[in-house]
Amino acid sequence: MIGSPMPPPCSADAPVMVDAAGWRAAGAALAAGADAALAAGQRVLVAVWAAPDDAGTRVHLATRRADGGDLAVIALRAEDGSYPSIGRHHPGAILMERALQDASGLRAEGLPDPRPWLDHERDFAFLPAEGEGLHRIPVGPIHAGTIEPGHFRFTVNGETIVRLEARLGYTHKGTLGLMRGTTPDAASRLAGRVSGDSTVAYAWAFARAVEAARELAVPRRASALRGVMAELERLANHAGDFGAICNDAGFPLINAHAGALRETILRQAEACFGHRLMMDRIVPGGVAADLAPASAASLRAELPSWLARFERLVDLYGKTASLQDRVVGAGRLAPDLARRLGCGGYVGRAAGQDFDARRNAPYPPYDRRMPDIPVLASGDVDARARIRSAEIRASVALIGDLLGDLMGDLAAGDIRAPLPESEAEAFGCALVEGFRGDVFAAVRLRGAVVADAFLRDPSWFLWPALEAVIEGNIVADFPLCNKSFNAAYSGCDL
Amino acid sequence: MRRTLFESLHRGTLTEPAPPRDAETAALVAELDRAALRRLGRSLAIRAVDAGSCNGCELEIIALGNVLYDLERFGLKLVASPRHADVLLVTGPMTRNMSAATRLAYEAMPAPKFVVAVGDCGRDGGVFAASPHCLGGTAAVLPVTLTIPGCPPAPAALLRGLIGLLG
Repeated sequence: MIGSPMPPPCSADAPVMVDAAGWRAAGAALAAGADAALAAGQRVLVAVWAAPDDAGTRVHLATRRADGGDLAVIALRAEDGSYPSIGRHHPGAILMERALQDASGLRAEGLPDPRPWLDHERDFAFLPAEGEGLHRIPVGPIHAGTIEPGHFRFTVNGETIVRLEARLGYTHKGTLGLMRGTTPDAASRLAGRVSGDSTVAYAWAFARAVEAARELAVPRRASALRGVMAELERLANHAGDFGAICNDAGFPLINAHAGALRETILRQAEACFGHRLMMDRIVPGGVAADLAPASAASLRAELPSWLARFERLVDLYGKTASLQDRVVGAGRLAPDLARRLGCGGYVGRAAGQDFDARRNAPYPPYDRRMPDIPVLASGDVDARARIRSAEIRASVALIGDLLGDLMGDLAAGDIRAPLPESEAEAFGCALVEGFRGDVFAAVRLRGAVVADAFLRDPSWFLWPALEAVIEGNIVADFPLCNKSFNAAYSGCDL
Repeated sequence: MRRTLFESLHRGTLTEPAPPRDAETAALVAELDRAALRRLGRSLAIRAVDAGSCNGCELEIIALGNVLYDLERFGLKLVASPRHADVLLVTGPMTRNMSAATRLAYEAMPAPKFVVAVGDCGRDGGVFAASPHCLGGTAAVLPVTLTIPGCPPAPAALLRGLIGLLG
């Protein structure tokens, strides 16, 4: 796959309309790949969503090749308020279809778990767990720490967790509905607020979907700047979470240093791009903020010290037996389950899933500057922490290379191309590797407005995995496992 | 580990001085119930509640705990239970799905108690104000004492606002 030519972008031709039989066949084809090793050319689930159209509602299924990023989207006109469920064939689709049902009013025929997800007005019952000596611990939606809201229902036998069920939807803001009928620029601001920690990744994914729909080429300087922002976002999140994982294992020393490093990175982001989280800096057509030569030089000069500070922490992490005792073997995700659920990002790569959109679905600037992609097989908290530390090294190197380009052959040039004016209806989609995994965006433009859009967080595939890996662990290890996954709440609640 | 600890001892502190007061915060603080705040003294226990934010505000509230801002040196402490809290720090556009839990958290707090609305979303719903799934900011559900706007507000802005509460 590495070095293969760039796949054709998801274009205005998509989605391909299919009938119910074609839809069912696409769903069943996903399931075949879930059981055995994925054959070359096998397609895996990217997203399933519904959008209103002139004659009612359409459901969409986005897939990609297992080892590649060539997105394909099919659509089915939902007759009589229902459509055949994809989750029936593929467990990774179940949560998305529960949300789809609530958001669109459609019924997913044959969905194994049809309980509401976003709609909290309707009756809801947690899955049962029966047996002698079991009791339940309800947690949330407000948690003890400063994190997003969601409800966790633990069923435990003594200290051992027998079943965990996560119930989300508390931060449902109707973001996709707000995007309909607005301009791409206004919708981009909303996309950047689906999950604040991934604001760069979301704005980039949405911008690329718009650019695919309008077949707009982005200036190369803008693409390099997008890359710098995305890698800074990855660095800041990985540094902060690496510390937080150690903190949840009762080792605050690393957290104190990692928190200071994260702050250093965010201050550089503000100095370079005018916003600590770099919100609204990526816009359809390019970027909204250029990088001054002095800021580029200052950022480049600081990179080695960031890495040196971080390596000290990784060294300490590996040498501290009490910390290793907590993280090694805890919350182990088997590679087979990771594949069945479609886990991406550091969760997937810590469990043998060798996929990273920057390499497997390359987009500028990664077509020229490709990072090292680490993969481990053990799937435990330790593996997830080590994937993050390897990605920190890769991102630091990548930022250095991109800054070299920005101060070299890309030192001058446009940073934004205007969207071509068109009355035509056009569809586009894109996959962007955020810090947490691949973010998928799809958009349908009608003239100068967004007719509808969809944004799929990597966390849709992480929550079911977290529920599965926590079985058999003790309650006290849940915060540790949860932090090592760091699945998004708002990202799924939309 | 010894090396890291030893170096930390000798390097001196990373913690930065308190942010200077600005006129904007001073004006906001002037309207507070001074008598109630005096009863709470020089320390406030804060319970943060995410009422539907994108998590941007949470990232900056968490940053208040890092060694550069070191929230606790001002007598400000994030607590786990609303029953221990003097201040409810509320982020997000107040989604319908979080409104009941947020109200319960407020009701669980002992009086006197204060509500601080954080971020543009906490102020008025921000970019989500028009959504039928949001009530449009903290004030839609709770009496707000202080608003710290921003998307998200930087830790320094949060710190200025919270220190202002101490008088």
